[in-house]
Amino acid sequence: MTPASSTAGGVGSAGAAGSGPPADDAAPPPPLRKLYRSAEGRMLGGVARGLAGHLGLPVSWVRIVFIALTVTQGLGVLLYAAFWFVVPLGTGGVGSGRQVTAAGPAADVGSAPRSRRQGESTWPRLRLRKPDKGQLFAVLALLVGAVVIADNWQFGRVNTYLWPVLLIGLGVVLVWRQADDARRAHWAEVSRRRGLVPLARSAAGVVLVAVGVSGIVVVQGSARHLGPVLQAALAVLVGVALLAGPYLVRMMQDLSEERLMRIRAQERAEVAAHVHDSVLHTLTLIQRSADDPREVARLARAQERELRNWLYKPRGRAKDEDEKPQTVSESVKATAAEVEDHHGVPIEVVCVGDCPLDEGLDAQIQAAREAMVNAAKYGVPGGATPAGGHGAGAVQVFTEVEGRTVFISVRDRGPGFDPDAVPEDRMGVRESIIGRMRRHGGTARLRSASGEGTEVELEMERAAQS
Amino acid sequence: MTNETPGTAEGTGSGTSRQVSVVLVDDHRMFRAGVQAEIGRTDDTGVDVVGEAGDVEQAVSVITATRPDVVLLDVHLPGGGGVEVLRRSASMMGAAESPVRFLALSVSDAAEDVIGVIRGGARGYVTKTITGSDLVDAIFRVADGDAVFSPRLAGFVLDAFASTDAPPADEDLDRLTQREREVLRLIARGYAYKEVAKQLFISVKTVESHVSAVLRKLQLSNRHELTRWAAARRLV
Repeated sequence: MTPASSTAGGVGSAGAAGSGPPADDAAPPPPLRKLYRSAEGRMLGGVARGLAGHLGLPVSWVRIVFIALTVTQGLGVLLYAAFWFVVPLGTGGVGSGRQVTAAGPAADVGSAPRSRRQGESTWPRLRLRKPDKGQLFAVLALLVGAVVIADNWQFGRVNTYLWPVLLIGLGVVLVWRQADDARRAHWAEVSRRRGLVPLARSAAGVVLVAVGVSGIVVVQGSARHLGPVLQAALAVLVGVALLAGPYLVRMMQDLSEERLMRIRAQERAEVAAHVHDSVLHTLTLIQRSADDPREVARLARAQERELRNWLYKPRGRAKDEDEKPQTVSESVKATAAEVEDHHGVPIEVVCVGDCPLDEGLDAQIQAAREAMVNAAKYGVPGGATPAGGHGAGAVQVFTEVEGRTVFISVRDRGPGFDPDAVPEDRMGVRESIIGRMRRHGGTARLRSASGEGTEVELEMERAAQS
Repeated sequence: MTNETPGTAEGTGSGTSRQVSVVLVDDHRMFRAGVQAEIGRTDDTGVDVVGEAGDVEQAVSVITATRPDVVLLDVHLPGGGGVEVLRRSASMMGAAESPVRFLALSVSDAAEDVIGVIRGGARGYVTKTITGSDLVDAIFRVADGDAVFSPRLAGFVLDAFASTDAPPADEDLDRLTQREREVLRLIARGYAYKEVAKQLFISVKTVESHVSAVLRKLQLSNRHELTRWAAARRLV
């Protein structure tokens, strides 16, 4: 691939030396302009368009040069074929980034390929309609050229080869073009041509080539031997298939296996990186603060939660961790995580059902947060002492969305307290929890008994919409 | 089994003469050693650890050889996981005489793991953060044929059945009764069975039977519903 494309690039720039490059040095800095065949708006293989893009010339000029070369010596066809063969398909297009003022259609292509990826769905259809006229014209010119050649080449027997050769060429072009399309579809991840068309195209190409080859045989006057020749050819083909088949199959298997291994290796590398980034660092921190059990517990809890998220959350969502949660259960979990980190008390969250947030629910979650903080501060047996790390001492948060009602309960197994005995000036429970819920049209209930912990129940109706 | 043995409900079982034989299945030797140390003091806890295993093959052979009352089963195991052990011990689970019961003990509380082993026939699911005494309690309860639900598990079950509300009438078996739902809800809120009973003014035994019913329904609930449940959570 690399040597091929580099030679092609060499040819291209060699050809350009006379006409183009110095003028465009001031152009925006495309650091390495590689030669690609244009994938869009092409007529045959996209060679001319790609070359034009590479050299900064209008497409029509390049095409005319090719046609001229073809008419005079037949060199154009060879050149074109060579380019087609060695230059990879890509987004080169006409003038990547530069403006070619002269040629109308060429100019608009110039800016388009950059933004192509997004607009992929609407773009190609547009492209296929628009240059039709130009394409028709070019095809006509090609035909005329072909006729001219046919007329000029009037040297006897050679003429009889012309049509078969043309047929073969046409067939080859068809098949190659099809192969290109397949690659392009793969590369753009959209296969616009569906079902029979590509198959029919490939088949037509093959038939054309076959007819051309047979034609040559017939022209040589060995029509009588056609049958045996075909048989022999078939036998040879089958033989080759038999010989090469196993190797091909093995190669395919090796390739796919290799790909699988690479994917696995990548996955493993990702896990290793994550473990290294988070888990090992946390373990190091824990070793360092070994004599502060509270800190150790906090670190361990935070790490456990993070790793759990990473392992069990569906892919893709974990990345948006930083964004503000959009639903009740996410929001409750995030809030609990915050409180947990802040106070170093394990909070167990169980969520049933889910729904999008609205204003009232926001208030409810704020109230729940307050309740969690209270539970973390006062509700855990042993309170601020390190002994609070036990599972039994955990604060438990339960969220249920059922129909239109959202219910959140925050519960601890602490010493409990008497709600009526709370002094008037203590605003925590009264304002932040009960008052807030009432203002937003919800209810809050507080249940506490000495020795059995405290439970705060919050209930809120969802907004009418959503 | 009977209400006369108070120790079973309390779990610490210090006063009872009952003993439960247990097999530990976990691929981490350290963890097995830890659990063994925590619950294996037979005189104190009434739990007698009669065997250990580190993978599916070992587990099946050890369980077959020792026929314990309860198997503490890790979900993630080399050789097919806890579900495979359950599948291959199905006959012992259903034995009329001294059936082997399974209690899943895992670090994972992902929905698919939990539901997977419960549907495989485990009688309970607790996470590894559980304390020693709670674990002993759970072991005794499972040995008695009851079910042990962690709050999280109760949440999963509620979730599973809540999303399939209003099913056709002939699927009565798959639906939870109002009472079962209440019981589950309280368990999900972190209540112990005893507290649930007090809250609902029913006996602990009734709570246990409700929970067992839920478990039965979970195992029997038709595939269609569970597939939908799993699909909704992108588990499959």
